[in-house]
Amino acid sequence: METEKLAAQLRVDIIEMTHRAGTAHLASALSCADIVSVLFGSTLNLDPSTLNEVNRDRFILSKGHAAATLYAALVHKKILSRQQLETYGTRGSLLEEHPAPKLDGVEAATGSLGHGLPIGNGMALGSKIRNENFSVFVLMSDGECNEGSVWEAALFAASQKLHNLTAIVDYNKWQATGRSEEVLQLKPLADKWRSFGWQVEEIDGHNHREIEAALNSPSSDKPKILIAHTVKGKGVSFMEDDNNWHYRTPTASEVEIARKEIEA
Amino acid sequence: MRNAFAAAITELAQNNPDLILLAGDIGNRLFDPFKEQHPNRFYNCGVAEAGMTGIAAGLASTGLQPITYTITPFNTLRCLEQIRLDICYPNLPVIIVGTGSGLSYAGLGATHHSMEDIAALRLMPNMNVVAPADAVEVKLAIKSALEIRQPTYIRIGKKGEPRIHKAEPEFSIGKGILMREGTDVAVLGVGTMLGEAIALAETLGKHGVSAKTVSLHTIKPLDDELMSGLYRDFERIIVLEEHALTAGTGSAILEWGNLNEADTRKVMRFGGPDKFLTGIGNQMEARAALGLEAAQIAKTVLATMNQ
Repeated sequence: METEKLAAQLRVDIIEMTHRAGTAHLASALSCADIVSVLFGSTLNLDPSTLNEVNRDRFILSKGHAAATLYAALVHKKILSRQQLETYGTRGSLLEEHPAPKLDGVEAATGSLGHGLPIGNGMALGSKIRNENFSVFVLMSDGECNEGSVWEAALFAASQKLHNLTAIVDYNKWQATGRSEEVLQLKPLADKWRSFGWQVEEIDGHNHREIEAALNSPSSDKPKILIAHTVKGKGVSFMEDDNNWHYRTPTASEVEIARKEIEA
Repeated sequence: MRNAFAAAITELAQNNPDLILLAGDIGNRLFDPFKEQHPNRFYNCGVAEAGMTGIAAGLASTGLQPITYTITPFNTLRCLEQIRLDICYPNLPVIIVGTGSGLSYAGLGATHHSMEDIAALRLMPNMNVVAPADAVEVKLAIKSALEIRQPTYIRIGKKGEPRIHKAEPEFSIGKGILMREGTDVAVLGVGTMLGEAIALAETLGKHGVSAKTVSLHTIKPLDDELMSGLYRDFERIIVLEEHALTAGTGSAILEWGNLNEADTRKVMRFGGPDKFLTGIGNQMEARAALGLEAAQIAKTVLATMNQ
């Protein structure tokens, strides 16, 4: 499946999941659907047969509140079944609102922000120490860059030259209660990472060719970060850039309108 | 004890290629032999304990066995959520070593005291909590923790503590070590308080009270067999620890007694108060200020025995 089609599938899945389970963070999940589609549709060396192999690529959804996107992508990889996906957010299911480590395909327990990048550092360093050649990808939110541990990890990755580590910021300019620029003045975000010694690429986080090119661009001896400019709620006209959808869940009729827009 | 730790990991790393040492910018010369012998297995993570703990979790998830090392409060409370979510939740084999535990760094002030770490770490699911008594136990604790491959917190002292074990005792995490037989009361020394525990037992002996003495190096999991024997056979269970009384080892023993319907009135706990300690001098002066010297404890215990 080409990655654009996968992104449309993920968006429909996560809107339906959110509606069915009555869960929050739909707009955050939509925001990163294109990035996740390119990763799972093209980049990651990961499938059910390599799930427990040491040399599999690692993907950490550090913005764990977008768990629905990860679960839908794991279905695409056949690591989870569609039947499992339908249990999302219900009692007895491992598909919780934030990823639990017991679930296949979940590399780290996330949901408390700022945990993914330090763990990704350890995995990337482990790859080097063990002479494996797997790559590590960590997807963060812009709000997450408020966390001090992100910057602790930024220092370490650069000082250890973790060239097998790629971080991606889903830079949708919103966090839970307001514009990320207004909450803690995040700009200039790319310059911050550059000054920390990272190879920085600024891209349109909904343009699959740009995402793929940036993920595949030759890396120096530096860790790489994609500052992916995105729109929160991307793909559904009445959700785009409206932060109410950080917490709102769609009604049945809203699900139908959204599906038509995405499938159009 | 920190020298014993450095020597132990330098030696253990020879037969364990997975052992990785992460330090929070301390132990400048301490780890030189380790670095020389195992050059790609030492990483100074800087003054960044949350980052270091996450790195350890990531390393462990690739099959390695990282040990994080820095001053106790910074390696425990500072990064407690990383311990909880990155290590304990996925149950990864990371060993956390805190140096300068309890009142070891009494003179450095309350920022460096560690009277809350046992409470915080034993609260974490999947975590073992170990407090070695001397250099001999430090080595055995590290060896044991590497073998069981579970999240394990090891709280050690500083340097120059007296060696207590003349020979290497049998050691396994979760099993107390019998130091001396006795019939009337049981004295449990936790970590560096084992010396006071032995001195206390001697003093009690002189007053006709026979005291069984145990090195209770593991606070979690608590030694069930030992606990049931102590509650059954002894008039008093006396617990000595350089830790707050709140939620420490003595509290764990009370909880054990409560769960097992034992007589918890037997338990006498000696530890620190529910307050920040200032102006308490060095470690020995601090013990005296808190009433944690063997002679002080003996008086209290004997007073209750004579009632």
